[in-house]
Amino acid sequence: MSSRADILSRIAKNKPQYIAAPDISAFGNKHSSNANLDQFCAVATGIGATIIFINNLSEIKTYIRNQITNNKRIISSIPELIGLAEDGTLVQAIPHKLEDVELAIICAEFGVAENGALWVTETQMGTRILPFITQHLAIVVNANDIVGDMHASYIRTAGSDHNFAAFIAGPSKTADIEQSLVLGAHGSRSLVVFVLNMDICDESDRPVL
Amino acid sequence: MTVGLFVPCYINQFYPNAAIATLQLLEKLGVKVEYPLNQTCCGQPMANSGYEHLAEGCSKLFTENFAGYDYIVSPSGSCGLHIKEHLHAGDSPEAAKKVRKSIYELTEFLTDILNVEALDATFPHRVGLHQSCHGQRGLKLSQMSELTAPPFSKPEKLLKMVKGIELVELTRKDECCGFGGTFCVTEEAISVKMGKDRIADHISHQAEYITSPDMSCLMHMEGLLNRQKSSVKVLHIAEILNGK
Amino acid sequence: MSTQKNHAELSEIFNKDEDRVNWHDETLWWVRQKRDKASHAIPDWELLREMASQIKNNVLSELDTYLIQFEAKATENGIKVHWAADAAEHNQIVKDILDKNGVKQMVKSKSMLTEECHLNHYLEEHGIDVIDSDLGERIVQLAKEPPSHIVLPCIHKKKEEIGDLFHIHLGTEAGMSDPQVLTETARLHLREVFLTRKAALTGVNFAVAETGEFVVCTNEGNADMGAHLADVHIASMGIEKLIPERKHLGVFLRLLTRSATGQPITTYSSHFKRPRKGQEMHIILVDNGRSTQLGRPDFRNSLKCIRCGACMNTCPVYRRSGGHSYHTAIAGPIGSILAPNLDMKDYADLPFASTLCGSCTNVCPVKIDIHDQLYKWRQVIVKEGYGDKKKAAGMHAMDWTLASPSLFNLAGKAGRWTLKHAPFAVNNSMNPWYKHRDMPKPPAQSFTEWFKTNRPQ
Repeated sequence: MSSRADILSRIAKNKPQYIAAPDISAFGNKHSSNANLDQFCAVATGIGATIIFINNLSEIKTYIRNQITNNKRIISSIPELIGLAEDGTLVQAIPHKLEDVELAIICAEFGVAENGALWVTETQMGTRILPFITQHLAIVVNANDIVGDMHASYIRTAGSDHNFAAFIAGPSKTADIEQSLVLGAHGSRSLVVFVLNMDICDESDRPVL
Repeated sequence: MTVGLFVPCYINQFYPNAAIATLQLLEKLGVKVEYPLNQTCCGQPMANSGYEHLAEGCSKLFTENFAGYDYIVSPSGSCGLHIKEHLHAGDSPEAAKKVRKSIYELTEFLTDILNVEALDATFPHRVGLHQSCHGQRGLKLSQMSELTAPPFSKPEKLLKMVKGIELVELTRKDECCGFGGTFCVTEEAISVKMGKDRIADHISHQAEYITSPDMSCLMHMEGLLNRQKSSVKVLHIAEILNGK
Repeated sequence: MSTQKNHAELSEIFNKDEDRVNWHDETLWWVRQKRDKASHAIPDWELLREMASQIKNNVLSELDTYLIQFEAKATENGIKVHWAADAAEHNQIVKDILDKNGVKQMVKSKSMLTEECHLNHYLEEHGIDVIDSDLGERIVQLAKEPPSHIVLPCIHKKKEEIGDLFHIHLGTEAGMSDPQVLTETARLHLREVFLTRKAALTGVNFAVAETGEFVVCTNEGNADMGAHLADVHIASMGIEKLIPERKHLGVFLRLLTRSATGQPITTYSSHFKRPRKGQEMHIILVDNGRSTQLGRPDFRNSLKCIRCGACMNTCPVYRRSGGHSYHTAIAGPIGSILAPNLDMKDYADLPFASTLCGSCTNVCPVKIDIHDQLYKWRQVIVKEGYGDKKKAAGMHAMDWTLASPSLFNLAGKAGRWTLKHAPFAVNNSMNPWYKHRDMPKPPAQSFTEWFKTNRPQ
């Protein structure tokens, strides 16, 4: 008998009587979007991210020009930032070529208030390795795209299809040595979250998420 | 109300004062207490060692002694829990079931059945309360620090009725002392280390006495305290609640 | 006859250095406190645990159906699915995939399953070099030790010892033990590894039957660095890691990291659904005793485990005995109920390495009745004949004495109830009680004697 058949028949023989999965629809906080945004900012800051409110995407350019004054590589899959950054969608084939990226700027579909995480799919990454291999990471999220918790997150992404996607919460970190927290383990050393105030920014300046 | 008093074997032999205080306290509160003279042990030492099946004699005797009572009260959370969870009596399952339902640890009997709201007792000392795990996590005598749930403590509620008592706050309020039945000898090194850490917590908060609803934890800690020639003493909670 | 020292012996050795025990205990207690803070901040925490436990009840009752569903979906998504009945077959499958791709070097992120299967050792024997990329795992790998904790693999090591290892293997300055510097060194060293390995193996935290995707959680980003740079990604998972639907991830991701480290979520929760263009992606579904455990009604709940490590951090025994004292891949309370399923004889000591205090059960995010299972394993181990033989004779004598009131009372005449009769001091010629503890002083009268005098019937 193949191992597959073997395993399945043992399970069939040994499993308990059918038990239905519980209804989990009652979960989920029902906070206002302002409360969600406040919580998101507080939690994200607590896990090592820097929150910067912006009214339009060009403010990102100003911010980054002030931060990165040398010629280090900046890459982005946000069309509005091309010029300041290389076009991230052009390098998909060979991920290794991204090894010297200093800063990557990508969009998130939404953020999660309870844990400061941001949902980013392969489409937004341009190439999967980018948010991990870059030395520093910046993620843009719309202020009104903050959901309350993980239940709301999966309701929001229900039915969506993606090859790869991740919740990213703060910079990469480790506490493996005597529980001392060190930022920048293998992934990005820092995370800046640009929160785009949708009430102010004009329609043409909205990033396509 | 008539209560059957179950005195665990080691309390009977080593700590009769804890049992006397339990008896007197119950009598003071108007309870008629009967003490079946043929009782020995609940069988827990064997069962926790994996020999539940050999404790049949103990279980049978226990059931015979106590099946007639609507309330069985014991000054031990651990032995009480064992009876509640594991008493089997092969040929009299109904009687065993009744016993399992009727067993109460002393403090829960005082707060839940007798609804005690005041006690005539004085104990002008600094006291640390040791939450014995079987009483706390097993019988739920007090809220457990692991859970996201409102706090309560039956032993503490009673101790706060004692005049002059000063309860100390512990750094780790419900860590195990390491007695663990036969664990105390089969895992001697860890048992001792756990006990040392527990008494150090009480000592660092200037407790003069360590009390508990379980004498077995106290026996273990007393053994360590005496070996260290500490002036800190252990006292079963019944002895404090019964007054001086 | 096995020469393996048992938990009590290994703990005694660990306890020879009391300062180190204190340090180990305090470090893990701190993690437990972080967990408390995180969990107490979620008002629905207990309900969330209950839901997680119930979802896993459903999984266990439909495991075969979900595996078939997952296999179909994952295959449809372009993932190659393999089935391994045991550790040997798992290791063989990994090797075959590597051989087929001509790979001699592999990078691996954390996978307790591969520890359980002793994969590294097997591959090394076959000339394949494996580098662990989780910082803690890399450290214990350099030290040629197994991880001592499933989430914090080198929690038993002091930074000075890690500094020494890095000095020898990674060329850091002698005496350098700053975690910041050591982590940076490992980052540079492992970046080179990630960029040059054609194959990467990761573990799996959750696999979704509904969609065929799987989720890997790390703080360091090492699973992603390995997987997204490699031509071949192998993901190894125990068959119990399945969950029915994507929405259930919401429940488990809320619980996992809060229980593990007190963080609200790991830095990265990566959802792998399809290989990237040109990449091979493999999933190995491993049984290795799990279907047997499923058939033990008293113990099947242990398969709910999501490997958060909370039971270790809270366990007063684990904190003072160290992970290696459990001499199995998964230490602590959960390891002690999993290991006897794999080998009842070799791990007969583990269910006894507990005071049954019950703290593990209370912190478990999927509500496994860990301490009750420890008690039940003790009964099984003794009945199956793997208990301590010397103890058995003592136990017979004890029941005989305790079942007879007259013998009990005779033994109990003041002063005669000695250690020999005390039930907690079974059958020990050199009694360990006395090593650090005094015995209670025998009173003038037992309670029974007092009662007969003071309450004459």
